[in-house]
Amino acid sequence: MAKANNVITFSDEQAMVLQSARDFCADKSPVTAVRALLPGNTGYSDDVWQEMVALGWLGIALPEQYGGSGLGFGSVVPLAESMGRGLLSTPFFSTTLAAQAILRAGESQQKDTWLPRLAEGTTATLALLDNEDWGAPDTTCTATVAGSEITLQGTKWYVPDAAVAQLFVVHASLDGESALVLVERAQLADSALQSQTLIDETKRACKVDFSGVSVSADAVMRGPLAASALRDIHLLGALLVAAEAAGSAAACLDVVVDYLKTRKQFGRLIGSYQGLKHPTVEILTAMDSARCHVYHAASVIGDEALSEDAEVACRMSKAQATDAITFAGDRAIQFHGGMGFTYECDAQLYMRRAQWVQQQFGDAYHHRKRLAALLLD
Amino acid sequence: MSEVSEQELGEFRAEVSAWMKDNKPADPGFLLPQTFMEVGSEQVLEFLREWQHKIWSAGYLGMAWPKEYGGQAVAPIYQRIADQEMKRHAVPICFNVIGLSWTGPLINDIGTEAEKQKYLKGILNAEDVWCQGFSEPDHGSDLGNAQCRAVRDGDDYVVNGTKIWTTMGNYAKYMILLARTSTQGARKYDGLSFFLAPMDVAGIDPRPIQKMTGEYGFCETFFTDARIPADCIMGEEGQGWRIAMQTLQYERGAEAGAAGGLMVVRTVMEDLIKDLRGLKRDGEPLLKDPLVRDRLVQLLMEEKAISLGERRQAHSALNTDYPFSLALSGKLRSSEFAREMRQYAVALQGAQGSLYVGDDDAISGGFWQRAYFNNFATTIGGGTSQVQANIIGERVLGLPKD
Repeated sequence: MAKANNVITFSDEQAMVLQSARDFCADKSPVTAVRALLPGNTGYSDDVWQEMVALGWLGIALPEQYGGSGLGFGSVVPLAESMGRGLLSTPFFSTTLAAQAILRAGESQQKDTWLPRLAEGTTATLALLDNEDWGAPDTTCTATVAGSEITLQGTKWYVPDAAVAQLFVVHASLDGESALVLVERAQLADSALQSQTLIDETKRACKVDFSGVSVSADAVMRGPLAASALRDIHLLGALLVAAEAAGSAAACLDVVVDYLKTRKQFGRLIGSYQGLKHPTVEILTAMDSARCHVYHAASVIGDEALSEDAEVACRMSKAQATDAITFAGDRAIQFHGGMGFTYECDAQLYMRRAQWVQQQFGDAYHHRKRLAALLLD
Repeated sequence: MSEVSEQELGEFRAEVSAWMKDNKPADPGFLLPQTFMEVGSEQVLEFLREWQHKIWSAGYLGMAWPKEYGGQAVAPIYQRIADQEMKRHAVPICFNVIGLSWTGPLINDIGTEAEKQKYLKGILNAEDVWCQGFSEPDHGSDLGNAQCRAVRDGDDYVVNGTKIWTTMGNYAKYMILLARTSTQGARKYDGLSFFLAPMDVAGIDPRPIQKMTGEYGFCETFFTDARIPADCIMGEEGQGWRIAMQTLQYERGAEAGAAGGLMVVRTVMEDLIKDLRGLKRDGEPLLKDPLVRDRLVQLLMEEKAISLGERRQAHSALNTDYPFSLALSGKLRSSEFAREMRQYAVALQGAQGSLYVGDDDAISGGFWQRAYFNNFATTIGGGTSQVQANIIGERVLGLPKD
């Protein structure tokens, strides 16, 4: 059984990052801006993206030698939470996780080539899903070696921000083992990308057909390091989605509280009814729990391969945040009554976010199942 | 007080640990109380009295209190270490809680020299059991509305009325009593006074209440023309409310002034899982059942979240949305978590879950059964969970009152 100390460390530096990120996201991503971006192709504002790059956020978790600021992955968590609050979707998560994959699995030449570019805002993404056990069938890609070249076969689904990614880190099966293959956008025909209609309209993803793409051996990461990095990426991804979801749940709670304090029915403010008040307190405590787990996870992860304690923390974060945002989004619709059933009501944004969050990097049940093996056996 | 070195503290911890290991009492053959609210027989009382006396004699109780009143005048950190070791070694509780955590620190803070001389040592060495007379049958947790009357008559106050939930009232030598000395005053709190009342005067009748667990531990205490000497009043007439509120501040441990000592037998998931490990369901180990595993993990997550919440409170930057959220929801969260966990602990036992304390075949002597039942003291006492949810909704989220 894992014996993690229940630590939460949060440096002054992280507190500053959190505050500036909260201010930035509140300023750049009011709900009117979120709604204005919903119908667009990319789903985000390039101006805002460039500002995020200029603030150094893409390099915050990367070592200084690659143009980062070396604050560690824990510092990405307050950024993710803030973006979740503002429903601010950009290729930030995709690029950050792709960079972590290269940092953790890459040869020095691969790191030297790619990490400084990603820190400067070159967009990248992960084509990760590979018949995942929580329910993502038919998403395998295979790689075969022919001479000095490695050729991919297969279509990856749910590749986030694929339409704007310059670099794809593709999880493929190579001689029966997991490998990560670096594919540049120029190697793909436009027709290889097929946009998917997502339940969360602030997010973007494509099906990407990598069949026939050939790369040289120096574009492949394989062996024990790649396997370890792959495990870490699944956990770090789960943590980032959890942090983002905790922020979204907090914003959703604000929307609910605001409505309960202003809407009158039967001559009374509806927030005075215990039937609404008590479940709203449950949203608060579920959201608080998610933030506690997330901050704890941020305190126990480092640049090295994740420990078992860190694994427990990341999985608990994702499981709890999923339940928190799902409950918050669901109740937000209900508590807005007839208004909540309309597209115009902001409650739907959080409800859709919740459904999207569930499936990213494993749903709550998946993580609890893994936790059971870690904690009960 | 001078700084204490890490090394000294480490040595002290090792010393306490060794003492606890050597002196932890053998199984007495009956289920020991989990809290001081379960001292329901003379047998249990005497066992715990002897144990607390032993801990005090060894120098591990009231360590931060002045030497002349039975303490050792050392830094509170020593007591905290001693408390941690008591918890780690799972020794019996220090049962004289109203004395150790409420009355003692109060007397240390605002008592007269005579009061200190008279009361403090007896609290520590367990010779004088204390009880608390705040709540009344008709007023639940609405302390400010206490109606028990104390009327001055010569050198005495004559007390009439009823107090309820007086833990160990039938064993106590003294009571901290909140009574109304005046019905005048603008606010209901104004007429209240605070007494260090002897329980052995005529006209005080503590009648044990049988709890739903079948055990005793609380009393309903009736006052009928009971004459309490006037010098038993603490402070002055009319200061009762303020003093009662001050009393409630000490519960937070030695740093806040309490004598220390283990007050509650821990009831944690780790122990539950240990108890469940040998059980089977459908021929397979219970802990292999997917539904059981999922639920246990949910409980482990909640247990951890509550513990992490205490850590998070230390970082103001992480509590900006609703600054009082964690502080005000702690009681609701931990008491409701414990209820769910203990209820599940009984449910998982299969047929053995139908056994109760007193049956030799009950798992852990019926510990979980009794723990579940007694947990209602925490989801009801000190403001019910439903009232807590109102408080959080209104004071944390700013929702309108109902």
